[in-house]
Amino acid sequence: MAQHDVAIPNTEGLHARPVMRFVALAAKFHSQIWVTNLTRNAERLDGKSAMQLMLLEATQGCVLRIEAQGADSQAAVTALADLIASGFDES
Amino acid sequence: MGRKLSELIHTESIISELTSTDRNGVIRELVQSLADHGAIPLEHADGISRKAIERENDGTTGFGNGVAVPHVKHAALTRMAATIGRSSRGIDFAALDRGPVFTVFLLVSPLSAPDDHLAAMESIFRCLQRESFRRFLRQADTHEAIIELIHEADES
Repeated sequence: MAQHDVAIPNTEGLHARPVMRFVALAAKFHSQIWVTNLTRNAERLDGKSAMQLMLLEATQGCVLRIEAQGADSQAAVTALADLIASGFDES
Repeated sequence: MGRKLSELIHTESIISELTSTDRNGVIRELVQSLADHGAIPLEHADGISRKAIERENDGTTGFGNGVAVPHVKHAALTRMAATIGRSSRGIDFAALDRGPVFTVFLLVSPLSAPDDHLAAMESIFRCLQRESFRRFLRQADTHEAIIELIHEADES
């Protein structure tokens, strides 16, 4: 099991388009992936489901915990945390 | 979080059977319904539709399981508005699962309130998560039946 915490940097937060990009990247890994919004609640959501990730309500400043279980778990959490930290090319 | 669906959805603007059979037409029809029922400024309906379609071209909001949630932030808006359209034929939204869309939630928001936008999306997806809600909504063929489902969803 690997995990990585990352804060949402962009003002628009994790809205639909970033969620779609997140799940597209998550799908490239074999590991199971979960995301929890530590700032808001303890709900652990399926990191490969766009429907579920829309429940994160991850506004700017929220801290997300990304967890992965599987052979490529470390690479998965690093890549996904980097994507969020990039702010999705937004301000 | 936890905003009630019934507070978010402009119930008069709900369309129980969409006339349009394509994605862009559906978006225009729903925006126009919000405008015709006074939920958004009539003179900006075209601009809002155009921007929502551009947004959709940028990346689908067809999340799979027969639902799409097209949305847009627009400078002419001072408050959020949302409505629902239902299509028994099914609409091609180039959805993630490639399947047709039977239920469309349209959400329009002001530019300046990204947190409210995410909270509204959370409320919508909280309901859409449930298979029973999606199934009943797909079967609800009258305006009244859809409104009743929204109130039931708020209570559960």
